[in-house]
Amino acid sequence: MKLRSAIYLASAMLALALLSLASALPSDAADKVDPVADAKAFRKFFTDKFPKVKLDDFVNGPYSMNEDLYRQWQEKEQFPPYEFSLEMGKEMFSKPFKNGKTYEDCFPNKGIGVRQNYPYFDEKEGKVITLELALNRCREANGEAPYSYVRDEMAALTAYMAFTSRGKPMDIKIPDDPRALAAYENGKEYFYTRRGQLNFSCATCHVQSPGERIRAEILAPALGIVNAMPIYRSEWSGMGTTSRRFTTCNSQIRGVPLSPQDDEYRNVEYYLSYVSNGLPISGPGARP
Amino acid sequence: MRIKTLTAVLSLVLLAAGATCAMAAGSEDEFKAAYAAAEAANKEAGKLRNQWTTTAATLAAAKKSAEAGDFDKATVSAKEAEALAKASIFQATSEKTRWKDMEIR
Repeated sequence: MKLRSAIYLASAMLALALLSLASALPSDAADKVDPVADAKAFRKFFTDKFPKVKLDDFVNGPYSMNEDLYRQWQEKEQFPPYEFSLEMGKEMFSKPFKNGKTYEDCFPNKGIGVRQNYPYFDEKEGKVITLELALNRCREANGEAPYSYVRDEMAALTAYMAFTSRGKPMDIKIPDDPRALAAYENGKEYFYTRRGQLNFSCATCHVQSPGERIRAEILAPALGIVNAMPIYRSEWSGMGTTSRRFTTCNSQIRGVPLSPQDDEYRNVEYYLSYVSNGLPISGPGARP
Repeated sequence: MRIKTLTAVLSLVLLAAGATCAMAAGSEDEFKAAYAAAEAANKEAGKLRNQWTTTAATLAAAKKSAEAGDFDKATVSAKEAEALAKASIFQATSEKTRWKDMEIR
């Protein structure tokens, strides 16, 4: 009798242990950060949702969603509104700092055709480095004052660097470093988190509603959305950096924007760029 | 008789004046408490990186009304700002897990 009870007790305990293990496993699997699977699912979502849109065309934002707009944009591209910014950026890029050095000295391949590699994860610093941040760090390292992240000078510099990289596929790496994976995951969380009094996340507009109108505008898909940065926006009557886009998105949904290049914005740019890997750089872009 | 009536009227006037002063003082105190509570809640939302522009605007409106001496209106605004700040805290807290429902998988 005692032996039988002991066997029952042991069996019950084993069953309980197996049950706890089984319940733990799916949760661990679900929580595992898998950027490759994310990017694949992300791309599939948009290509399934818009089967007529060519993959490379997603980088053209609202124009890829609407035929009339597409035709207007093609005509606009004959005399693109970002041209003045491009010229300014080219001039600024080659003009020496007071110490005689230039931006070329701060970037691989002298800064030409490298836009597709930004943002990258700096393993020394343990943080994401965006192109805008790298440009300002270059200025500061050479004794120059940093530019505002939301104004014309930064837009001009990034416009020129994007232009020299046009057509190159976005190529963001996530090194085998838990901090890089955490930055990626935090960026993803930021992208899907609702905020502001309007209770919108980035995904509310750019995943749930691309192609739909928000007032007079057509919303762009999230796939390839950063490939076109910086952009000339008719609504702004001027150029806008990625930082300007993020901060104005926040204020439009009645959320207090964070400071440009705060970790959250750097991480969300890292996430969005990674899931757009393989799509061509199309910046600088023009948007309504 | 006249003196008695005069004394009574004067007493009433003084009482009314006293009551008005007490009400005004109470209203200002109430505003100060409501404003402090709203500011504290908004600070908490800031720690969660999720302040709302409408909270800031409503706090500013409360301050403006108080500076104009309209403490009743200022208190209403301060209480509204606190409610907005608390809603932003709720949003930030609940989104810690809810964001995953939106994720493309």
